Amino acid sequence: MDAKRWIQLTVNGEEHEVYVEPRRRLLDVLREDLGLTGTKEGCGTGDCGACTVILDGRLVNACLVFAISANGKSVETVEGLATDHLHPIQEAFIQHGGLQCGICTPGFLMSAKHLLNSNPNPTLDEVRFGLAGNLCRCTGYTKIYEAVLAAAKNMREET
Amino acid sequence: MKNFEYFAPETTEEAIRLLDEHGEAAKPLAGGTDLLIFMRDQKITPDVIVDLKGINALSGIEELPDGSVQFGSLTPMQDLAVHPMMRERYPHFISSIREVGSIQVRNLATVGGNICNASPAADTPPTLLTLNAQVRLAGPRGERVIPLREFFVGPGQTALERDEVLTHVILPSPQPRSGGCYIKLANRQAMDIAFVGVSSYVVLDEDHTVVDARIALGAVAPTPLRVDAAETILQGQQLTKEVLSEAGEAAEAASRPITDHRASVEYRRMMVKVLTRRAVLRAAEKARNGNGR
Repeated sequence: MDAKRWIQLTVNGEEHEVYVEPRRRLLDVLREDLGLTGTKEGCGTGDCGACTVILDGRLVNACLVFAISANGKSVETVEGLATDHLHPIQEAFIQHGGLQCGICTPGFLMSAKHLLNSNPNPTLDEVRFGLAGNLCRCTGYTKIYEAVLAAAKNMREET
Repeated sequence: MKNFEYFAPETTEEAIRLLDEHGEAAKPLAGGTDLLIFMRDQKITPDVIVDLKGINALSGIEELPDGSVQFGSLTPMQDLAVHPMMRERYPHFISSIREVGSIQVRNLATVGGNICNASPAADTPPTLLTLNAQVRLAGPRGERVIPLREFFVGPGQTALERDEVLTHVILPSPQPRSGGCYIKLANRQAMDIAFVGVSSYVVLDEDHTVVDARIALGAVAPTPLRVDAAETILQGQQLTKEVLSEAGEAAEAASRPITDHRASVEYRRMMVKVLTRRAVLRAAEKARNGNGR
């Protein structure tokens, strides 16, 4: 059975055509076919949030989506955050020590970006709710929340 | 993961035809938050996947002429959770949805999938049962509408035929002076599965006497469970401590939990009693204040 299909994905603004088996997940195609290894596989069961990306404006776990189901859609990954300089959220994570081993960080960055897009001035509780789908086994979360709140402040002041 | 053939029909009819044609080999795909994991672990190995997400008619929320609300089974949970009319009319259903997974999961997961996956511990079915929800099923022999109560058969087993698709969920209009509450007992407040879930819906009259009470349990029986015995005890009563205790005991007696790595039989049964009391009381408070049906 050759069930392979050509699909089209726009990733961080760039169009890609990929020839995929239906069983391959969006996470596999991002990492293996497009070489975008910033998106991590933690649990592979939608529990940890390390593979969080933004798919057509929605925050999703890339391990729970077949790439073929994302045909024609637009994906934002952690590689799309920085331009010629780091994104303010990335800067704040560095400033506030919002990471240790780093595996969960790309997912947290994407969730934080999605949160601040819709809510530029979140309370601590709103930050906690917005990041509830991302697990970190190192930091204890406090520094991550501080980083996101600081990034929100910086981004409000910039605009 | 085993490979499979993939179809993305654009109409319900086409989906039914594909499911009919491929029979046992085919599996419908909704949000995928359960199915992809089962497939990854090779617990389910379909030869054919029929992806329902591209069927526009299965998404969306509409009010029917009789005041009830019908939403498409493939509507992402997150869309229901932020919908102003849904939040206003069915707040305890919305709070049940917000207990599911995370934002990432709710953006993919659907209520149709949550129902059809038929996990005894799922968060939305107990509340849907308290709302007297109905489900619309479409198949090659036509369409049928059945009460959700009749849908659950056992863990992972439902009244859905292999070639049928659950297309819509129908929620009757909430009554005046009604309130609802869903309490999920779990270790964490996100990304966790209930040890026990209790949902309640209470309608009071002007003297705060119970006109109607509905109680449903999750994670303590092979299926989500309405507890008629506890409901009958509350009917026509003032919610005194004694009446509430009696209802809690009736719910405990109706529960049939198991011991697993999450919790023991004894703990689950005890919590059914306590949480039933609490859920009924909270629902009644909302009914009195008129701030949460």
